[in-house]
Amino acid sequence: MIGLISYLVFFTTVATILSIAVLGLNLQWGNTGLFNGGVAAFFGAGAYGTLILGGTPQEGHIGGFALPYPVALAGGMAAAGLLAWLVGRLTLKLRHDYLAIATFGVAVTFENVMRNAEWLSGGARGLRGFDRPLQELFASPLAYNAVFLGFVVVLLVATYAFLQRLVASPFGRLLRAIREDEEAAQSLGKSPARVRLISFVTGSVIMGLAGGLYGTFYAFVSPQDVLPILTFQIWAMLIVGGAGNNRGAILGAFLIWGAWTASGWALSRYAPVEAQIYAGSIQYVLIGSVIVGMLLWRPQGLFPERLVVSQRGRHPVPAAAE
Amino acid sequence: MSDVLLQTRGLARSFGPMKAVDDVSIAVRRGTITGLIGPNGAGKSTLFNLLTGTLAADSGTVMLGGADVTGLSPDRLFGRGLGRTFQIPRPFARMSVLENVMLAPLRQTGERLWGPFLRPGAMRDDERRIRDRALEVLDFVTLAPLADHPAGKISGGQMKLLELARVLMGDPEIILLDEPAAGVNPTLAGTLIEKIEELNRQGKTFVIIEHDMDFIMRHCDPIIALAEGRVVFEGTAAEAQANPVLLEAYLGTMADA
Repeated sequence: MIGLISYLVFFTTVATILSIAVLGLNLQWGNTGLFNGGVAAFFGAGAYGTLILGGTPQEGHIGGFALPYPVALAGGMAAAGLLAWLVGRLTLKLRHDYLAIATFGVAVTFENVMRNAEWLSGGARGLRGFDRPLQELFASPLAYNAVFLGFVVVLLVATYAFLQRLVASPFGRLLRAIREDEEAAQSLGKSPARVRLISFVTGSVIMGLAGGLYGTFYAFVSPQDVLPILTFQIWAMLIVGGAGNNRGAILGAFLIWGAWTASGWALSRYAPVEAQIYAGSIQYVLIGSVIVGMLLWRPQGLFPERLVVSQRGRHPVPAAAE
Repeated sequence: MSDVLLQTRGLARSFGPMKAVDDVSIAVRRGTITGLIGPNGAGKSTLFNLLTGTLAADSGTVMLGGADVTGLSPDRLFGRGLGRTFQIPRPFARMSVLENVMLAPLRQTGERLWGPFLRPGAMRDDERRIRDRALEVLDFVTLAPLADHPAGKISGGQMKLLELARVLMGDPEIILLDEPAAGVNPTLAGTLIEKIEELNRQGKTFVIIEHDMDFIMRHCDPIIALAEGRVVFEGTAAEAQANPVLLEAYLGTMADA
């Protein structure tokens, strides 16, 4: 029983953290139409940033700087935002597929740098020496994990509330106009380059928050945590849930993370021993199939975007009722 | 008296060896509905794109209200009182008609990332004002009953009216219309021209590109005609009708086609 509860807490914590990342991607893609193919890099910048700033001093690589946890987490978010600003300045002129390719390249580069720049990231062995905040106050790991789950849920709710408010505001209107037709928006006095950059950086800061929490939860991060598959998982979550809909984004995160975990478990349990080494690849195939299937049969996702978001008209009586 | 609102001097733009717009100097007087006409390939659209900042000129200048605006981007030009519509309508398809119109006003409090959080009161007041104004403008172009409809689902003619409504939200001095009557059913085209003439009486200046000679002759004065990138005629509709060079240049090319 304890084992099951402890597993549920673990599962929900990871799904909640991933939900936050999906919300960040939804701001970029769902609301602004920015095809970010490098989610893993911004998530990773948050994780590495938080652990380097908040970890205990280590031999062999910079940091940790043992900063107070809130400062470290904010620093991780800032690292993601800074990376997004740099990448955005260089690539946001690119349209959809080209932007996707360029940002995908950024994520692959990021992973390689983390794998090889030992002085910075600890290399392939990853970053250790991070003490989870306030852990000494709790008697059992389960109690700590339950409280940490509460903490990430609060941050998810805060992120959701922030984004809902934003999307329903004139700023959200502006994002959607840029998504729908940049040239028309520019003819109405808007600056697409500026708006795209703000959206890209803001979404990436949110991904950085998710990454920082992920690193905190495991008290460890390595290049294995920022592989391209993470980007595809986050994308699958958004597409299944419904791009443009924040509630859909969260639901998608839980569904896909559930399916991913369940398929991993089922494969390890039921697949023949010879096939075990392929289990990871089978999961990759599954996630790809989910994305393609969804795009073919229900491209708007389970929760489609709402049409009227900022302001309504005078609620005229429908013609048929008159 | 300086009643010239929009003016070009020696404007030129080539695409490879082809001079699409070649040394064009025109003046649009304040308060007119100026028609810009010419056969296909005469350089109308290129000139239009140079005037609206969508294309950069190779040489020459554009003056708006006495200020040099050569090379300014379309968003800057809108801020300086120049609005435009598109030949093929470009609605924000997955946004409501009302939201399309509410987008246009400049410097909205809530348009900044922190606006909704740091200045919620000012944003709400702003929104109320903008919504009222947007509904007024939608009433004017007869689209108010469609306010909550997706802009991508209304008819082509309604989209042209919507584009006019969006532009009006910025209260521009001059509005450039790219083939406003093309592909619009006669009833809506009638509504559109009626609204244009009403706005013109209120003091707005229009430049209309049209392919349809008949439309231009009836609704525009003065008329500027382009052929092969150059201005071949500038004058009143009556003069245009009596001008053999223009008729030959225009109708001759039409006959060749």
